[in-house]
Amino acid sequence: MNALALLGRYFSASMRSQMQYPASAIMLTTGQLASTAIEIVSIWALFDRFGAVKGWSFGEVMFFYALIGISFSFADFLTRGFDVFGTDFVRTGAFDRLLLRPRSAALQLVGHDFRISRFGRFFQAAIILTIATSTLNFVWTPQAALLALWTVAGGIAFFSALFVLQAVMAFWTVESLEAVNALTYGGVYAGQFPLSLYARWFRTFLIFIVPLACVAYFPVLAILGRSDPLGAPDWFLPLAPVAGFVFLGLAFLAWRFGVSKYTSTGS
Amino acid sequence: MDALRPYAAAFSSRFLLMMQYRAAALAGFFTQCWFGAVHVMVLAAFYLGAPEAAAESPLSLSQAITYTWLAQGLLAVLPWVGDPEIADGVRTGAISYDRLRPVDAYTLWYVRAAGWMTARLIPRVALMILAAGIVLPLIGQDQWAWQPPASLSAALLFTLSETLAIALACAIIMLINIVVVATLNARGVNILMQPLVVIFTGNLLPLSLYPDAMRVALLVQPFAGTLDIPNRIYFAALAGQMAWLGISLQVFWTVLFIAVGRWWLGRVMARLEVQGG
Amino acid sequence: MPQILVQDLAKTYRVAERDPGMFGAVRGLVRRRWRTVQALKDVSFSLERGELLGFIGPNGAGKSTTIKILSGILRPDSGRVEIEGLVPYADRIKHVGRIGVVFGQRTQLWWDLPVIDGFDLLRDIYRVDPKRYRTTRDELVAMLRLEKLLDQPVRQLSLGQRMRAEIAAALLHEPSILFLDEPTIGLDAPSKLAVREFVKKLNQERGVTVLLTTHDMHDIEALAQRVIVIGHGRVLADSPFEALRANVLAERRLFVDFAGDPPTLDLPGVEVRKRDGRSLELAFDPRITTAPALIAAITARHAVEDIHVEQPAIEEVIAKFYDLHGANEA
Repeated sequence: MNALALLGRYFSASMRSQMQYPASAIMLTTGQLASTAIEIVSIWALFDRFGAVKGWSFGEVMFFYALIGISFSFADFLTRGFDVFGTDFVRTGAFDRLLLRPRSAALQLVGHDFRISRFGRFFQAAIILTIATSTLNFVWTPQAALLALWTVAGGIAFFSALFVLQAVMAFWTVESLEAVNALTYGGVYAGQFPLSLYARWFRTFLIFIVPLACVAYFPVLAILGRSDPLGAPDWFLPLAPVAGFVFLGLAFLAWRFGVSKYTSTGS
Repeated sequence: MDALRPYAAAFSSRFLLMMQYRAAALAGFFTQCWFGAVHVMVLAAFYLGAPEAAAESPLSLSQAITYTWLAQGLLAVLPWVGDPEIADGVRTGAISYDRLRPVDAYTLWYVRAAGWMTARLIPRVALMILAAGIVLPLIGQDQWAWQPPASLSAALLFTLSETLAIALACAIIMLINIVVVATLNARGVNILMQPLVVIFTGNLLPLSLYPDAMRVALLVQPFAGTLDIPNRIYFAALAGQMAWLGISLQVFWTVLFIAVGRWWLGRVMARLEVQGG
Repeated sequence: MPQILVQDLAKTYRVAERDPGMFGAVRGLVRRRWRTVQALKDVSFSLERGELLGFIGPNGAGKSTTIKILSGILRPDSGRVEIEGLVPYADRIKHVGRIGVVFGQRTQLWWDLPVIDGFDLLRDIYRVDPKRYRTTRDELVAMLRLEKLLDQPVRQLSLGQRMRAEIAAALLHEPSILFLDEPTIGLDAPSKLAVREFVKKLNQERGVTVLLTTHDMHDIEALAQRVIVIGHGRVLADSPFEALRANVLAERRLFVDFAGDPPTLDLPGVEVRKRDGRSLELAFDPRITTAPALIAAITARHAVEDIHVEQPAIEEVIAKFYDLHGANEA
């Protein structure tokens, strides 16, 4: 059975086991929706007090917020196994069990769990996107819709890469998971605002080191039909999400290195 | 004195255990720097883009920046989740042992939570002061720095108020713990706490920056006492009588939550005994 | 060529140390001290197809390190392992497809899923041919009496039921080697017996090579034809269990209930261990005197109500062995 079909099996197993507790699944999904939705309140408060920021309206910021939320929710859904890798696999020794099976550990981790509750964030982001669309009187042309899908794909790759890197860190220490929270949850937070709000060193970091801007800011400009006030060329904007996939590739290289470290030290 | 020994031991053993987690402390610090930097840059963009609104704002930009660093440095004080040790105990059944010990369960858990919190707080806040309070001014970025307290009296009142913030946060954590024990599940209540804490403590945005109509309501709700009140006292936005009013609010909520918690835990434990759980 | 060949394995770990007290805790934040622990110094042995080997030793002796290396999830510092022509840690994915592993304290099934669903997933993970899978599964289900458990979620099984399901799960892909790590830990007596009986059958009827680590010496007594004792990272003994017993603690025990007060006995090679009312416990060396001779000598002179002979319990033999080798300090 090939990898994709196996993932399908894992997926249905995961759904069946969560459906053992339907009330809990519904509550967690609602909880996710509420807890992520409340963040927009603080952004709204800032716009309410100060008005537009550097030429960006609340509607546009909601657009950024929604697309990054959608990307993140899918990545979180697909890479849960990497997210809990340190606590549920390395610390407990359960990773050994994955290594004892004749499949790649990464594949088994993707299949480990698909949390239904992650759709809470997705619904929330989808609602915000609808509001942003009507606030901006934005017209979804097929081109814009395709571009949005492509942006979300790049964003999923990007955030998945962060979860994989978080798991890689767990090979060295299982205490450090908070550090990548800065990049995952902190990435969602930073990606909600247009890049031009940030200082130069931070922009450089978000473009070249952890390419969040390439899966959020640049392609969203292209969707909105705006040029980059910072001067990135227009042709680059729709191509930028490629960086998310490159980043994911690099994360998996690091992952392989981590696995080989694990098998040589056993810790 | 002897009567206090088990509690002192519970505090220090938890404290020492948590202090081992060096990588966790560094990781926490890194996270705080990241969120702090993003918040500071976003706030600055809003303030500098609208000078008129900024002039009318109840917080100056420099105060808002200091507030941000305080919020990040003191992140470990906030009652984000119940004590993970209690959640583990519920899962493994170790909770039953706490009922067998000749000590007061509420006090024992309370001091354990306090040990857990302070051990995470100290290295993180120290690194944060070093980075945002010392290094930033030294490299000529004073405008983005963590400024010292407004005055000596503000500093002293802040120390008192922050101590009360820790006491209050532990009292809230105890309420979460009790829900965990009563429902035998930590996930649900922890998920509910996140949005409450992130908004109502002022962690995401200083409470005074929300629309003015909400000002009083935001100040008197209990979560303000864990972060927003000490912060306002720090830069003397609350001074004199107002500062004491803020401190009284903290005391009020702490006493209330401890009283409710003790009563509630007693009931939950009694029920567990009946069920033999 | 033996099925499993292990030569000169060595493995060292590094562990962090902390100074005691409040000051030590703070110091540990800044600088950390490391200590190296040599888990394996020099381990060699080989195993033929169809053998059933008991692998014992005190905690920390190097058992689990050895098992991890043999199963391919840990790389030794030096030495050589070859299992059916593969080096486990170099060809891990291929190797683990041929072995079965059961860790007594960890589950490999899916907690919230019915047992049968977990089996089906393993079929897909191990790429077992569906037809073949059905045959194997049905046989295992029958042998381990799992029929009634198949539709229950794993979390609802008792420990003994779960262990039976775990063992079946480890065998669905028909491995030729089975590693069992503490398979009877925490089980009640009937479950222990069921597990032992199954393992024995599997080994004898299917010729599956079994490598068993355990602290329960009754597992060893019931199953193992051959025992390797490991301590301080070395193989301390490698022999049939009876040979080990003969070397370490050959003595036998004679329990005698007298009709009247027990007499003082003075027989060569015999020692009085315990005196309890009218009963005596005697220990004798079978190389100096035999049980019939001893019984004859006693009953000739004294009125006796009951008499029986025992061997020292296997735990006692092993404890004595660890003692002799100072292995308990490991």
